[in-house]
Amino acid sequence: MSESYLIKGADLLGAGRQDVLVDDGVITEVGRVTAKGATVIDADGLVALPGLVDLHTHLREPGREDAETVATGSAAAAAGGYTAILAMANTSPVTDTAEAAERVFDLGRARGLVDVQPIGAVSKGLAGEELAELGLMARSRAAVRVFSDDGHCVHDARLMRRALEYVKAFGGVVSQHAQEPRLADKSACCHEGELSGRLGLPGWPGVAEEVIVARDVMLARHTGSRVHVAHVSTAGSVEVIRWAKSQGIAVTAEVTPHHLMLDTTKLTSYDPTYKVNPPLRPAEDIAELRKALADGTIDAVATDHAPHARHDKEHAFAEAAFGMLGLEQALQVVNTVMVQPGLLTWAQVAEVMSVTPARIAGLTGHGRPLEAGEPANLTLIDPAATVTVDGAASHSLSRNNPWHDMTLTGAVQTTLLRGRPTLLDQEVSQ
Amino acid sequence: MKHLLSAADLSRDEAEQILATAAQMHDVQRREVKKLPVLRGRTVVNLFFEDSTRTRSSFEIAGKWLSADVINVSAKGSSVSKGESLRDTVMTVAAMGVDALVIRHHASGAPSQVTQWVDAAVVNAGDGTHEHPTQALLDAYTMRSKLGDLAGRRVGIIGDLTHSRVVRSNLILLRTLGAEVTLVAPPTLMPSGIADWAGAAGFSYSYDFDEVLPELDAAMMLRVQKERMTGGFFPTPREYTVGYGLTRERLRALPEHAVICHPGPMNRGLEITADAADEARSLILDQVSAGVAVRMSVLYHLLGGAEQA
Repeated sequence: MSESYLIKGADLLGAGRQDVLVDDGVITEVGRVTAKGATVIDADGLVALPGLVDLHTHLREPGREDAETVATGSAAAAAGGYTAILAMANTSPVTDTAEAAERVFDLGRARGLVDVQPIGAVSKGLAGEELAELGLMARSRAAVRVFSDDGHCVHDARLMRRALEYVKAFGGVVSQHAQEPRLADKSACCHEGELSGRLGLPGWPGVAEEVIVARDVMLARHTGSRVHVAHVSTAGSVEVIRWAKSQGIAVTAEVTPHHLMLDTTKLTSYDPTYKVNPPLRPAEDIAELRKALADGTIDAVATDHAPHARHDKEHAFAEAAFGMLGLEQALQVVNTVMVQPGLLTWAQVAEVMSVTPARIAGLTGHGRPLEAGEPANLTLIDPAATVTVDGAASHSLSRNNPWHDMTLTGAVQTTLLRGRPTLLDQEVSQ
Repeated sequence: MKHLLSAADLSRDEAEQILATAAQMHDVQRREVKKLPVLRGRTVVNLFFEDSTRTRSSFEIAGKWLSADVINVSAKGSSVSKGESLRDTVMTVAAMGVDALVIRHHASGAPSQVTQWVDAAVVNAGDGTHEHPTQALLDAYTMRSKLGDLAGRRVGIIGDLTHSRVVRSNLILLRTLGAEVTLVAPPTLMPSGIADWAGAAGFSYSYDFDEVLPELDAAMMLRVQKERMTGGFFPTPREYTVGYGLTRERLRALPEHAVICHPGPMNRGLEITADAADEARSLILDQVSAGVAVRMSVLYHLLGGAEQA
């Protein structure tokens, strides 16, 4: 028996009220539609977007299931309006073989709340020395297309060149964590500037990101390959990417919700919740990142969702783990800092949070227009709701939520994955 | 004042009070029987996550002379190296019922974080490259003993500023007490964002020691950490000494009334020559002596000794 849902009166990408009929996983009708016995989802006042796609999620399974599992990360993703997430390779063991990639892929399918697409490591064990089995991962059941040593920079220029060349064979892309390790070493824990000088914290200068971005776009030009810049955090990187695009170099870039909203002043409390890599940057960088997202220089919003068990954060700031949660509040943050101030339309949000990420990752079933005949992957948000975030209510196993106690605008109401609600009236399906 | 985490926690009045009490404590220190009963029944734990014989002993003696029960806990190489979190370590110690935690930690901000988890008063005994407020108090105390009121006095702080916890506390406290402060170091050893910081906090900085030297009332030399010499901060020790050491020649250029300080331990021959270190106007040993009195004063004020007395 097929499942039918009739979404009544949704504002389709902010372009006006429509009904959307979903039948057997597919959008069958858009317009003024009669129920015909379908389950009705009242979407009055809600904006409908294609299901969100996150290019940058850390699920801690295998290896650190106390911090996150594929299942709990999937629930957090569904709650945030996502229908597909790309799982970074820095698990334990590392996702650097076809078998490891298939395992993550299968765990995602088993939970069934979002499509979990593994990212493969660029180098074996993320060691930055030898290429991982990129081709085998690409040819596996998981069909890996994005490769990244995220958490580590592929800092060896020759290895980066080889990776860029190699992935061309199967339409892959290398997602780079840009951090020149001699300029921002392991001790670097916050933005280098006046505040780090005053607080006595080892600094992570913006130039450590920018020199790698500059190098990589030149390597992408040389190899004719695609490079993707993960979590861009500085105005200088934006400048380089803007230039590279003007030259026709195949570079794409993502920005995280936290780099769009939170600045370095959060560090004065030494609260490790705000310790993230790359670090929070000053307000001037944030302004440039917002502008670059609005004008298309930055292609996508990606969460860098990085769950950590409480005891991994309850250390001195310099010794605590890097990373913060992102999946559940990403759309709310984008609404708060980009849509409400008029920097992005909802149609543009669809581009940067769904259509473009799906295209970069080669996910053909996601990021599709909300039209008849398309897979019914969609999300509904109440754009006007004001929500004070309760970090304790997270679906993630971890609680390192930088938005806790903050008031954001917008509430994700419902998410459909291939026509089935994974989130309905803010309740994640079991 | 519940805690002493930063020199910025002290208003000018509070700093003056602590320094005045320290003078009284210094008198006690010179007596044959040094004990005061004011913290009897109170427990002070020195929780040290990194070694520091000088500071730990100073706090220990200070607590004991005030009749507190003082316990030293070295967290270095114990539970912490077994993976225990800072919170768990501190909560375990605090659960034993302590009134004050004196914390030395190799990471900046650790004592501030601890205040979220415990009720005890927390004293920052040096955190990473951040602050060392009691060192600043004892430096101010020592300088005042020779120079009088520090308002309008010119203090130069010279050396490895990037990695120094002493400089940050001194800078703040000296400004609170009205002194003019100039930081001197090669650009590679200046804290990041120095221009913005100097502008906002009202101090000056220079890369040229010789230009600053003739104007100083006090030259505070900071230790160059030998382990960092290979870090590319300066080419050779010889070049550092020529540029930034308190050499015999510079000693002659320093005004006669000016005093010399160094928080120790010193690298004789690198940032300071033996001549300078042992000069009559060198206050280096006075600083050590003042350390106990200042820490007695801090514990006394934090633990309510002032109300009981």
